[in-house]
Amino acid sequence: MNLEYFHLIDRIVELRRDERAITVEARVPQTSTIFEGHFPGYPLMPGVLLIETMAQTSGWLQIALMDFQRMPFLAAVKEAKMRSFVTPGETLTVDAAVIHEGSGYTMTEAKIKTGGKLACNATLTFRHVPFPQPELRAHMQRVAAEIGFPEQMIHG
Amino acid sequence: MTSTFDRVATIIAETCDIPRDTITPESHAIDDLGIDSLDFLDIAFAIDKAFGIKLPLEKWTQEVNDGKATTEQYFVLSNLAARIDELVAAKGA
Repeated sequence: MNLEYFHLIDRIVELRRDERAITVEARVPQTSTIFEGHFPGYPLMPGVLLIETMAQTSGWLQIALMDFQRMPFLAAVKEAKMRSFVTPGETLTVDAAVIHEGSGYTMTEAKIKTGGKLACNATLTFRHVPFPQPELRAHMQRVAAEIGFPEQMIHG
Repeated sequence: MTSTFDRVATIIAETCDIPRDTITPESHAIDDLGIDSLDFLDIAFAIDKAFGIKLPLEKWTQEVNDGKATTEQYFVLSNLAARIDELVAAKGA
Protein backbone atom coordinates (compact mmCIF):
# COMPACT_ATOMS: atom_id res chain seq x y z
CA MET A 1 0.00 0.00 0.00
CA ASN A 2 1.02 3.56 -0.67
CA LEU A 3 -1.53 5.46 1.34
CA GLU A 4 -0.51 8.93 0.19
CA TYR A 5 -1.08 7.98 -3.46
CA PHE A 6 -4.21 5.97 -2.72
CA HIS A 7 -2.45 2.97 -4.18
CA LEU A 8 -4.03 0.46 -1.83
CA ILE A 9 -3.84 -2.90 -3.58
CA ASP A 10 -0.51 -4.71 -3.69
CA ARG A 11 -1.25 -7.97 -5.45
CA ILE A 12 -4.00 -9.86 -7.22
CA VAL A 13 -4.17 -13.25 -5.55
CA GLU A 14 -7.00 -14.70 -7.60
CA LEU A 15 -9.40 -13.37 -10.21
CA ARG A 16 -12.36 -15.63 -10.86
CA ARG A 17 -14.25 -14.22 -13.82
CA ASP A 18 -16.83 -17.00 -13.91
CA GLU A 19 -17.72 -16.35 -10.27
CA ARG A 20 -17.40 -12.57 -10.78
CA ALA A 21 -15.11 -12.52 -7.75
CA ILE A 22 -11.61 -11.43 -6.83
CA THR A 23 -9.15 -11.84 -3.98
CA VAL A 24 -6.30 -9.40 -3.47
CA GLU A 25 -3.65 -8.74 -0.86
CA ALA A 26 -2.52 -5.48 0.65
CA ARG A 27 -0.03 -4.72 3.38
CA VAL A 28 -0.61 -1.71 5.60
CA PRO A 29 2.69 0.23 5.75
CA GLN A 30 4.56 0.46 9.03
CA THR A 31 4.87 4.20 8.71
CA SER A 32 2.82 6.93 7.08
CA THR A 33 2.08 10.56 7.80
CA ILE A 34 -1.54 9.46 8.17
CA PHE A 35 -0.65 7.52 11.31
CA GLU A 36 0.89 10.63 12.85
CA GLY A 37 -2.58 12.06 13.13
CA HIS A 38 -4.69 8.90 13.24
CA PHE A 39 -3.84 8.60 16.10
CA PRO A 40 -0.82 10.04 17.92
CA GLY A 41 0.81 7.15 19.77
CA TYR A 42 -1.98 4.80 18.70
CA PRO A 43 -1.79 4.32 14.92
CA LEU A 44 -4.87 2.85 13.27
CA MET A 45 -5.78 2.40 9.63
CA PRO A 46 -8.67 4.88 9.03
CA GLY A 47 -12.03 3.29 8.29
CA VAL A 48 -12.45 5.41 5.16
CA LEU A 49 -9.24 3.92 3.76
CA LEU A 50 -10.48 0.41 4.52
CA ILE A 51 -13.64 1.27 2.59
CA GLU A 52 -11.49 2.64 -0.23
CA THR A 53 -9.48 -0.60 -0.17
CA MET A 54 -12.69 -2.58 -0.65
CA ALA A 55 -13.76 -0.16 -3.37
CA GLN A 56 -10.47 -0.51 -5.26
CA THR A 57 -10.69 -4.28 -5.00
CA SER A 58 -14.22 -4.17 -6.39
CA GLY A 59 -13.02 -1.73 -9.04
CA TRP A 60 -10.30 -4.03 -10.33
CA LEU A 61 -12.81 -6.84 -10.53
CA GLN A 62 -15.18 -4.71 -12.59
CA ILE A 63 -12.44 -3.45 -14.88
CA ALA A 64 -11.53 -7.06 -15.58
CA LEU A 65 -15.13 -8.06 -16.22
CA MET A 66 -15.55 -5.06 -18.55
CA ASP A 67 -12.33 -5.92 -20.42
CA PHE A 68 -10.60 -2.64 -19.55
CA GLN A 69 -13.18 -0.72 -21.60
CA ARG A 70 -14.97 1.06 -18.76
CA MET A 71 -13.99 2.73 -15.51
CA PRO A 72 -16.03 2.26 -12.33
CA PHE A 73 -16.50 5.11 -9.86
CA LEU A 74 -17.66 4.61 -6.28
CA ALA A 75 -21.22 5.93 -5.89
CA ALA A 76 -22.60 4.54 -2.65
CA VAL A 77 -21.46 2.70 0.47
CA LYS A 78 -23.94 0.66 2.43
CA GLU A 79 -23.73 -1.47 5.50
CA ALA A 80 -20.07 -0.70 6.03
CA LYS A 81 -18.90 -2.25 9.26
CA MET A 82 -15.50 -1.77 10.86
CA ARG A 83 -15.32 -4.84 13.05
CA SER A 84 -11.80 -4.64 14.43
CA PHE A 85 -8.82 -2.29 14.47
CA VAL A 86 -6.36 -2.57 11.61
CA THR A 87 -2.85 -1.49 12.50
CA PRO A 88 0.42 -0.71 10.68
CA GLY A 89 2.22 -3.73 9.25
CA GLU A 90 -0.84 -5.95 8.97
CA THR A 91 -1.51 -7.87 5.78
CA LEU A 92 -5.05 -7.62 4.49
CA THR A 93 -6.83 -10.22 2.39
CA VAL A 94 -9.60 -8.50 0.47
CA ASP A 95 -12.44 -10.32 -1.28
CA ALA A 96 -15.03 -8.74 -3.55
CA ALA A 97 -17.86 -10.20 -5.59
CA VAL A 98 -20.43 -8.71 -7.91
CA ILE A 99 -23.96 -9.08 -6.59
CA HIS A 100 -25.71 -7.20 -9.40
CA GLU A 101 -24.76 -5.88 -12.82
CA GLY A 102 -27.17 -3.16 -13.89
CA SER A 103 -27.17 -0.81 -16.85
CA GLY A 104 -24.27 1.55 -16.16
CA TYR A 105 -23.90 0.50 -12.54
CA THR A 106 -22.69 -2.46 -10.49
CA MET A 107 -23.14 -3.50 -6.89
CA THR A 108 -20.56 -5.52 -5.01
CA GLU A 109 -20.03 -7.05 -1.61
CA ALA A 110 -16.54 -6.80 -0.21
CA LYS A 111 -14.74 -7.85 2.93
CA ILE A 112 -11.32 -7.53 4.50
CA LYS A 113 -9.74 -10.20 6.64
CA THR A 114 -6.68 -9.92 8.84
CA GLY A 115 -5.14 -13.07 10.23
CA GLY A 116 -8.09 -15.05 8.89
CA LYS A 117 -10.62 -12.97 10.83
CA LEU A 118 -13.20 -10.62 9.31
CA ALA A 119 -12.09 -7.03 9.95
CA CYS A 120 -14.64 -5.12 7.89
CA ASN A 121 -17.20 -5.49 5.12
CA ALA A 122 -19.48 -3.35 3.00
CA THR A 123 -21.93 -3.33 0.13
CA LEU A 124 -20.81 -0.92 -2.57
CA THR A 125 -22.42 0.66 -5.62
CA PHE A 126 -20.44 1.91 -8.60
CA ARG A 127 -21.37 3.83 -11.71
CA HIS A 128 -19.24 2.95 -14.70
CA VAL A 129 -18.56 4.82 -17.91
CA PRO A 130 -16.26 4.32 -20.89
CA PHE A 131 -12.78 5.48 -19.93
CA PRO A 132 -13.05 9.28 -20.13
CA GLN A 133 -9.42 9.64 -21.26
CA PRO A 134 -7.04 7.19 -22.95
CA GLU A 135 -4.36 8.28 -20.47
CA LEU A 136 -6.46 6.98 -17.59
CA ARG A 137 -6.97 3.63 -19.30
CA ALA A 138 -3.24 3.36 -20.01
CA HIS A 139 -2.49 4.20 -16.38
CA MET A 140 -4.90 1.53 -15.15
CA GLN A 141 -3.31 -1.01 -17.49
CA ARG A 142 0.14 -0.14 -16.14
CA VAL A 143 -0.97 -0.49 -12.54
CA ALA A 144 -2.80 -3.72 -13.39
CA ALA A 145 0.44 -5.19 -14.70
CA GLU A 146 2.27 -4.09 -11.54
CA ILE A 147 -0.20 -5.79 -9.23
CA GLY A 148 -0.20 -9.04 -11.17
CA PHE A 149 -3.20 -8.94 -13.45
CA PRO A 150 -3.10 -11.78 -15.98
CA GLU A 151 -1.51 -10.26 -19.09
CA GLN A 152 -4.21 -11.54 -21.46
CA MET A 153 -6.87 -9.75 -19.41
CA ILE A 154 -5.09 -6.42 -19.64
CA HIS A 155 -4.62 -6.34 -23.38
CA GLY A 156 -7.35 -8.74 -24.51
CA MET B 1 -52.90 -9.87 -9.20
CA THR B 2 -50.79 -6.86 -8.19
CA SER B 3 -50.20 -4.50 -11.08
CA THR B 4 -46.74 -3.54 -12.25
CA PHE B 5 -47.40 0.03 -11.13
CA ASP B 6 -48.33 -1.13 -7.62
CA ARG B 7 -45.19 -3.22 -7.36
CA VAL B 8 -43.03 -0.33 -8.55
CA ALA B 9 -44.76 2.12 -6.22
CA THR B 10 -44.13 -0.20 -3.28
CA ILE B 11 -40.46 -0.52 -4.27
CA ILE B 12 -40.12 3.28 -4.46
CA ALA B 13 -41.90 3.79 -1.14
CA GLU B 14 -39.68 1.28 0.63
CA THR B 15 -36.43 2.24 -1.09
CA CYS B 16 -36.77 6.01 -0.80
CA ASP B 17 -38.93 6.26 2.31
CA ILE B 18 -41.71 8.06 0.45
CA PRO B 19 -45.29 7.62 1.72
CA ARG B 20 -46.95 5.07 -0.53
CA ASP B 21 -50.19 7.06 -0.81
CA THR B 22 -48.37 10.01 -2.39
CA ILE B 23 -47.17 7.86 -5.30
CA THR B 24 -49.57 7.78 -8.25
CA PRO B 25 -49.35 6.54 -11.84
CA GLU B 26 -48.99 10.18 -12.89
CA SER B 27 -46.06 10.84 -10.53
CA HIS B 28 -42.78 11.78 -12.17
CA ALA B 29 -40.05 10.00 -10.24
CA ILE B 30 -37.64 12.91 -10.53
CA ASP B 31 -39.83 16.01 -10.72
CA ASP B 32 -42.65 14.98 -8.39
CA LEU B 33 -41.08 12.48 -6.02
CA GLY B 34 -37.67 14.15 -5.87
CA ILE B 35 -35.72 10.96 -6.54
CA ASP B 36 -32.20 11.71 -7.72
CA SER B 37 -30.13 9.58 -10.07
CA LEU B 38 -28.23 7.85 -7.27
CA ASP B 39 -31.39 6.89 -5.40
CA PHE B 40 -32.82 5.71 -8.71
CA LEU B 41 -29.99 3.15 -8.91
CA ASP B 42 -31.39 1.51 -5.77
CA ILE B 43 -34.84 1.51 -7.34
CA ALA B 44 -33.46 0.07 -10.58
CA PHE B 45 -31.67 -2.62 -8.59
CA ALA B 46 -34.90 -3.57 -6.79
CA ILE B 47 -36.89 -3.53 -10.05
CA ASP B 48 -34.24 -5.62 -11.84
CA LYS B 49 -34.41 -8.18 -9.05
CA ALA B 50 -38.20 -8.18 -8.69
CA PHE B 51 -38.94 -8.52 -12.41
CA GLY B 52 -35.88 -10.44 -13.56
CA ILE B 53 -34.95 -7.76 -16.09
CA LYS B 54 -32.25 -5.15 -16.60
CA LEU B 55 -33.65 -1.63 -16.91
CA PRO B 56 -31.66 -0.02 -19.75
CA LEU B 57 -30.85 3.13 -17.79
CA GLU B 58 -27.83 4.04 -19.89
CA LYS B 59 -29.83 3.85 -23.12
CA TRP B 60 -32.68 5.89 -21.66
CA THR B 61 -30.32 8.54 -20.32
CA GLN B 62 -28.58 8.76 -23.68
CA GLU B 63 -31.89 9.17 -25.49
CA VAL B 64 -32.94 11.95 -23.12
CA ASN B 65 -29.57 13.69 -23.44
CA ASP B 66 -29.75 13.43 -27.23
CA GLY B 67 -33.26 14.90 -27.27
CA LYS B 68 -34.70 11.69 -28.73
CA ALA B 69 -36.91 11.06 -25.70
CA THR B 70 -38.33 12.99 -22.76
CA THR B 71 -37.87 12.08 -19.12
CA GLU B 72 -41.67 11.68 -18.94
CA GLN B 73 -41.48 8.69 -21.27
CA TYR B 74 -39.38 6.76 -18.78
CA PHE B 75 -39.87 8.34 -15.37
CA VAL B 76 -43.61 9.01 -15.13
CA LEU B 77 -44.55 5.87 -13.24
CA SER B 78 -47.34 4.65 -15.54
CA ASN B 79 -44.84 4.87 -18.41
CA LEU B 80 -42.11 3.22 -16.36
CA ALA B 81 -44.52 0.37 -15.57
CA ALA B 82 -45.31 0.02 -19.27
CA ARG B 83 -41.59 -0.12 -20.12
CA ILE B 84 -41.14 -2.82 -17.46
CA ASP B 85 -44.01 -4.84 -18.92
CA GLU B 86 -42.36 -4.58 -22.35
CA LEU B 87 -39.03 -5.78 -20.97
CA VAL B 88 -40.67 -8.68 -19.15
CA ALA B 89 -42.58 -9.63 -22.32
CA ALA B 90 -39.41 -9.39 -24.43
CA LYS B 91 -37.59 -11.61 -21.98
CA GLY B 92 -40.31 -14.25 -22.16
CA ALA B 93 -40.57 -14.12 -25.97
